[in-house]
Amino acid sequence: MSTYLLRRIWQMIPTLAGVMLLVFFLFNVFGGDPAAILAGKVASKEKIDAIREQLGLNAPIWVQLWIFVKQVFTFDFGASWSTNEAVSAIILQKAPVSLTVMLQVWLLDAIVAVTLAVAVAYKRGSFTDRAVMGICTAAMSISLLLYVVVGQWLLAYKLEWFPVLGWSDDFWTNVSTYAPLPILLLLFVSIAPSLRLYRSFVVEETGQDYARTARAKGATEHRVMFVHVLRNAAVPIVTNLALALPGLFVGSFLIEMVFSIPGLGKEIVNAVQRSDFPVIKAITVYLAMFAMAVNLLVDVLYKRLDPRVELK
Amino acid sequence: MTQQQASYGFWRAAGKRLWADKLARFCMAVLVVYFLVAGAAGMGWVAKDWNEEVGVSYANPSFLGDDYPNPQGKNSIISQDVLVVDEKQKAVDPLAPYYEEIEKNAAAYEKAEVKPSWTLLLGGDKWGRDVFDKVIKAGQVSISIGLASALLAVFIGTVLGALGGYFGGKLGDLLEWFYNIFTSVPYILLVLAFAAVFGKGVSTVILVLGFVGWTGTYRLIRAEYIKQRGRDYVMAANAIGASHGRKMFVHILPNVSHLILVQLSQLVVDFIKAEVILSFLGLGVPTDSVSWGIMINEVMPELVLGKWWQLATVAVVMSTFVVSFGLFTDLLRDALDPKASRR
Repeated sequence: MSTYLLRRIWQMIPTLAGVMLLVFFLFNVFGGDPAAILAGKVASKEKIDAIREQLGLNAPIWVQLWIFVKQVFTFDFGASWSTNEAVSAIILQKAPVSLTVMLQVWLLDAIVAVTLAVAVAYKRGSFTDRAVMGICTAAMSISLLLYVVVGQWLLAYKLEWFPVLGWSDDFWTNVSTYAPLPILLLLFVSIAPSLRLYRSFVVEETGQDYARTARAKGATEHRVMFVHVLRNAAVPIVTNLALALPGLFVGSFLIEMVFSIPGLGKEIVNAVQRSDFPVIKAITVYLAMFAMAVNLLVDVLYKRLDPRVELK
Repeated sequence: MTQQQASYGFWRAAGKRLWADKLARFCMAVLVVYFLVAGAAGMGWVAKDWNEEVGVSYANPSFLGDDYPNPQGKNSIISQDVLVVDEKQKAVDPLAPYYEEIEKNAAAYEKAEVKPSWTLLLGGDKWGRDVFDKVIKAGQVSISIGLASALLAVFIGTVLGALGGYFGGKLGDLLEWFYNIFTSVPYILLVLAFAAVFGKGVSTVILVLGFVGWTGTYRLIRAEYIKQRGRDYVMAANAIGASHGRKMFVHILPNVSHLILVQLSQLVVDFIKAEVILSFLGLGVPTDSVSWGIMINEVMPELVLGKWWQLATVAVVMSTFVVSFGLFTDLLRDALDPKASRR
């Protein structure tokens, strides 16, 4: 096990190096002159030169790369170009906001989609099954954008069930007042594809020989479903849930923009609009690291869920 | 099928399977209409004047009739006062002798005043532009971005996948490394990072989506090339001295081309959805142009004023296209690749 972990971590190094190279070259080579961006519209030559000197842009490219690598590992990306806040402070401040919304979405989506998938799989092939699948297909083909725009207008503005938008400093106010509508709308969008996927996992397992054997020896349909089938269907379901984790940190860009939730997603969109490169660079690199860690975690989870899996 | 009948070729058989499906025929009909209209808009035959103020601000859709409340109100029409210049006025006016000359010169610049109309077929937006023309033009922009970026992504994915799968070894490892890098960053974040660097514009959106979205095709094509490269027909091609390039692109490529077509179809839908979201966030198509995303971006303040027609139009037009294209992709996959299980 520990040799496996060590080898996997060892294999991550080139990928991580690649991500850092990609981000570095994307922003430092193709990204235009940051000094010109920073100095503003009417910039004197001296001012641009001074900023270039300050950012270390006059140094050779490999020195700049070294500065970037040091930034990644010391968690010090300097200050945001537009607000002059420390980038690490921005990330630490915004990430929990995104998580406040997205963790609930993630949990509710898992609970609702798995429950419905099992319920529908009981009646596979029936009218209910086909009707639910049909609704899912229709729901999936409508753009998230339309759900958000119409949902906000109808549920918040017209019916006044929720505040139209906003966010506060108090965690409980956020959870009880501002988060429910964004969560509801995101669930509308995310449940349909999850349900379809999980149903296919469950239905695939119910057709296996072991399920038939369990029924033949007299196990009730409930026991077959929850003890035999779900245990096996859990492997792909858990994988799917774990792989969604990195996305939670950036939240949904769209939801955060429309509902004015000050999370990482909104921060990234604003940073892109203001050409605030340090913020984008930092978030991209750290999320890639996190995604790699999650991938490793998923493989280890496989072993826990399915003891037959050999970790090589 | 009787024994005597010669069996159809692969493409013919797949085409027959597809055509036999009523739903597929319906989807194709819808898509053909969309592509024809988009093509006509691209050539400038229709919706050329989408940016003209042809109606009053928030002109009502014509099916609602003239009585539907309009904030402008009928009595708010501004009409020009015509000043009659009589003899008495002429006596004190120092410009009087030049009137004829002035009018003659002004006639050279005479322009018929366009009366903004009160109702438009599907209503007007804030600037009095025709929503019907707008949604056509927007469709042309969105669809062409989807197509172009999908072509770019499939091209990159196919070439890299073919190289990686066919040669393997060091080159394969290098390409796998690339693949791992691109897939380790969440997709939409990578799109935004590229968008931050390359800026705004139609061609930029195409490049960004294409450069970021090739990974799925690469994975698929690479696996297929690994499977195909040991087959007998490739060995035979090798025996008669075919070059690597010939084996890769003349012998193997036709055998995986059906997968490429399905990928292309899938990516067009995905990229149109991505473009809509990017444009909505203000990171895609510039605002002096129009796309479905930009139209949805405009509707939020309109809804508050009770002007729902632009949203309804763009929602119906866009959803119809996306649903038809999505269903068509599924059916195409079934027809071309009967063994693949549907998700």
